[in-house]
Amino acid sequence: MKIHEYQAKDILRRFNVAVPKGRPVFTPEDAVRVAKEELGGSVWVVKAQIHAGGRGKGGGVKVAKSLHEVYEFSKAMLGMKLVTHQTGPEGRIVKRLLIEQGINIDKELYIGITLDRAISKNVLMASTEGGMEIEKVAEETPEKIIKEAIDPMLGLRPNQARKIAFALGLSGIQHKNAVAFLLALYKAYDQTDASLAEINPLVVTKEGDVMALDAKMNFDDNALFRHKDIAEFRDIDEEDPLEVEASRYNLNYVKLDGNVGCMVNGAGLAMATMDIIKLAGGEPANFLDVGGGANKETVANGFKIILSDPNVKAILINIFGGIVRCDRVAEGVISAAKEINISLPIVVRLEGTNAVEARTMLQNSGLSLIPASTLADAADKITRVLAQNETVSA
Amino acid sequence: MSILVDKKTRLVVQGITGSEGSFHTKQMVEYKTKVVAGVTPGKGGTDYEGIPIFNTVKDAVDATKANTSVIFVPASFAADAILEAADAGIKVIICITEGIPAADMIPVYHYLKTKNAILIGPNCPGVISPGKAKIGIMPGFIHKEGRVGVISRSGTLTYEAVKQLTDLGIGQSTCVGIGGDPVIGSRFIDIIKLFNEDPDTDGIVMIGEIGGSAEEEAAEYIKKNVKKPVVGFIAGQTAPPGRRMGHAGAIISGGKGTAAEKMAALKKAGIKVVKSPADLGITMKKALDAYYKKV
Repeated sequence: MKIHEYQAKDILRRFNVAVPKGRPVFTPEDAVRVAKEELGGSVWVVKAQIHAGGRGKGGGVKVAKSLHEVYEFSKAMLGMKLVTHQTGPEGRIVKRLLIEQGINIDKELYIGITLDRAISKNVLMASTEGGMEIEKVAEETPEKIIKEAIDPMLGLRPNQARKIAFALGLSGIQHKNAVAFLLALYKAYDQTDASLAEINPLVVTKEGDVMALDAKMNFDDNALFRHKDIAEFRDIDEEDPLEVEASRYNLNYVKLDGNVGCMVNGAGLAMATMDIIKLAGGEPANFLDVGGGANKETVANGFKIILSDPNVKAILINIFGGIVRCDRVAEGVISAAKEINISLPIVVRLEGTNAVEARTMLQNSGLSLIPASTLADAADKITRVLAQNETVSA
Repeated sequence: MSILVDKKTRLVVQGITGSEGSFHTKQMVEYKTKVVAGVTPGKGGTDYEGIPIFNTVKDAVDATKANTSVIFVPASFAADAILEAADAGIKVIICITEGIPAADMIPVYHYLKTKNAILIGPNCPGVISPGKAKIGIMPGFIHKEGRVGVISRSGTLTYEAVKQLTDLGIGQSTCVGIGGDPVIGSRFIDIIKLFNEDPDTDGIVMIGEIGGSAEEEAAEYIKKNVKKPVVGFIAGQTAPPGRRMGHAGAIISGGKGTAAEKMAALKKAGIKVVKSPADLGITMKKALDAYYKKV
């Protein structure tokens, strides 16, 4: 799960990780009040809160040198469509801002903690190239990234934190504060079941403070059951409405931009089915895993979600019935298709237990369902359906 | 022969009285897997369909000489169940449970290395050596005894590949679902090593997916060590970056872990990479025919 920057900073504060003073606001008036009464000073930063990076380049981060500017920037930002390299061309509507005190920056660094799957350990990554896209640094100048693997039994040790702070070129009070920062950050990452804690940039001030100017935290969905407070940070405004709807039915759905909808049991087979659609000349409109129990209800809900996407011109159902019996799934498909009255062509491929019976049922249903036997056959039939579509529209 | 499980497998089912555990125990027994014990804390002394239930894995091992465990316990207790099996001396532990927090699995992974135990999963369909033993939730009837090893990160996509092989008359030595999570007990490379050393496995089908770099790691090993034909597929060629495709591990992050990258690495290692999952069976058939002519 992703959360907003201001929420991540709230969590970090709880673990004594240094962050600038700031507060989330929803109106320009509130922004001015927070700047004047709660933060004080003469420089403030207005930051758009969306679940995507690259906000600065898109105009989502501004430094205000007067309360008037705080008001103007906030007014312009709230409700604006912010497009960054991570949002895609459709962008995101800004609904919340973070107003922060201005910081007297000396150096900008990078710190990230995440799981390294190759060694099954968390790693702390650090770089002097703060404020840049770390993927680019990793690609162009990998020597500028320092990595330290964290032993799961011991956690991040002070000597590791000291080593990293020295490697970042820090000394004196800056070094001491950086070590405290790293140890606190790891504690926050570890105790919240985070899957990513990224501080980019980590800033060192002229006064020697070390603090998180930006903060990004992602969390392991599988562990949210033991972090009710973090689960409450979910902002469904940042998610696709269809995906939110699908999650209510326990369907695993990801919306894509194509024209062929698909409904599959199992994540791997669902990805493979998307690939088949592409090879057949179509573009997948979604990823949809209906999970282990493909019954009448899940199939009907799946249809509803797929059909709410106006780009869908055809549907491919691909169910491998292992424990699930195909004739039961066929029953579900037929009754759902009748109920919803679908006019789009539907290719149905049911394989596994009782597949032959299932195919006969589909054929005799009176519905214009197109049964397919193998994966290759399904691909072939999707190609034909798409070709027919084109002739009709031409 | 086969790898990991066979006729000598004596299975203990952890979580045997739960709905998943009891259902699949029946299925495994029907396949003639030797299920010798079940474990449900507090239900020791009772039985399920004639299979004795114990309070701890240790009790089960002492009483029944169980040597393999399959785990169906809920996600919040599953990591501990794996540790319990390892402490009781079980050497092959297969964890079906889905949704275990990654932070729970990291120490388990490293602890098991010190115990010399092999963990398959979590979040996996299990392991089957057709005609010998079925440990997990896969449908037994699509399999056929034979000489091709199958390894995959997914469930139903593995069944798809197996069905294609069986339909072409190609049997399997062992099929292993290693699971779709970021932290898993055994990776591609671990299982491919076993297949390579197994004299009764002549070819390997590996089915990867986007995310991580385990396929690339295995490709390096294959290039150096494997003479048997290997056919590969990577699911998620059309998946967009940054979006998790069902499996917690199936995500392209920071531009890494794309299907294109993995397919290129596999090809470079001499693996026959198919673009379409529909071609897995037929490609293996051709590769095997050529291999048998050479040998």
